[in-house]
Amino acid sequence: MLISKITVYIMPAFILGIVLFGLLKKIDVLGAFLDGAADGMKVTIKIMPTLCALLAAIYMFRTSGALEFLTSFLSPITSFFKIPSELIPLGLLRPISGSGSLAIVSDLLKTYGADSLIGRAASVIMGSTETTFYAIAVYFGSVGIKNSRFTVKAALIADLTGFLCGLWFTRLLLK
Amino acid sequence: MLTYIWALMIIVSFLFGILTNTPQNVTNAALKGSAEGINMTISLLGTMCFWSGLMEIAKRSGLTEKIAKIFSPVIHLIFPELSPKSPAFSAIVMNIIANLLGLSNAATPLGLKAMEELKKESHDKTVASNSMCMFVVINTASVTLIPSTVIALRLSAGSLNPFEIIIPAWISSVLALTVGIVFAKFFQKNSERKI
Repeated sequence: MLISKITVYIMPAFILGIVLFGLLKKIDVLGAFLDGAADGMKVTIKIMPTLCALLAAIYMFRTSGALEFLTSFLSPITSFFKIPSELIPLGLLRPISGSGSLAIVSDLLKTYGADSLIGRAASVIMGSTETTFYAIAVYFGSVGIKNSRFTVKAALIADLTGFLCGLWFTRLLLK
Repeated sequence: MLTYIWALMIIVSFLFGILTNTPQNVTNAALKGSAEGINMTISLLGTMCFWSGLMEIAKRSGLTEKIAKIFSPVIHLIFPELSPKSPAFSAIVMNIIANLLGLSNAATPLGLKAMEELKKESHDKTVASNSMCMFVVINTASVTLIPSTVIALRLSAGSLNPFEIIIPAWISSVLALTVGIVFAKFFQKNSERKI
């Protein structure tokens, strides 16, 4: 598929470009890399407890049959819009929790396979949306804004667009 | 909010477990899930280190600022009421570029700075200004060039081409961002008419 062929070259170009530009500007590329990597490690370790807590809850929810109940309950709506019901929990949790939705994606990739429609669509949706409520809370909270006016409305419309487009373009472009 | 969702998930899970007479399966799932949390973090570590390292090079070499310069005319269109020379504008540009490059560590402080500067320019101190709303909407729908965390997850789940999701993700996030901006502008005009 053409898309896969293009993507094969995006990453090398990106990595080479950054390293070459650094060399050109005569900065210590390895030194910068190591500092950044140490930082990246700290951030990743920091989300470890959250991922444990959330994956425990997700596994319990699925094993108990509650997830199946929820998806079958929502199936009239999801089948009308041709949304695989397996993606609904991701769509609901994505705007609320970044690590929570990451845990869901990881679970979907394991259960259905990374290269299945559900695995791909979940990855695209995860890669193209943000933790909306977190951003709203942090940014308005930091400057003491109480009335955020139309922000939540506009942001949620954007999230829904990201979810539907993610699914749609996965179907269209990845086969 | 997440606290309640988490607690609710556990309560409902045990309710279902008790109803189906298999509560021990739910307990086992909890232990398996938390073990999986550790596995997942470890499988993410390598990619996250590499990626953050690469981005630090981009930051120190001034590449991030160069890209910011290219984008500032577009950003001026979205924030017409801000002067491109104001500190708020430059913080907004740098925040958007940091998000684009996936530098979420750098993006948040820049975003907080942008909000502070926007507050200085705003008359009302508790109600969000148009620029503030627009800025936060953009942050909730920001485009990421390389969604490295998802790629790391795909890699560890054995995908044959973990990167193939990049292009559909770009298209759908650009569309989501556009829709967010258009609706923010629309709501903005609507609320002004009411006043």
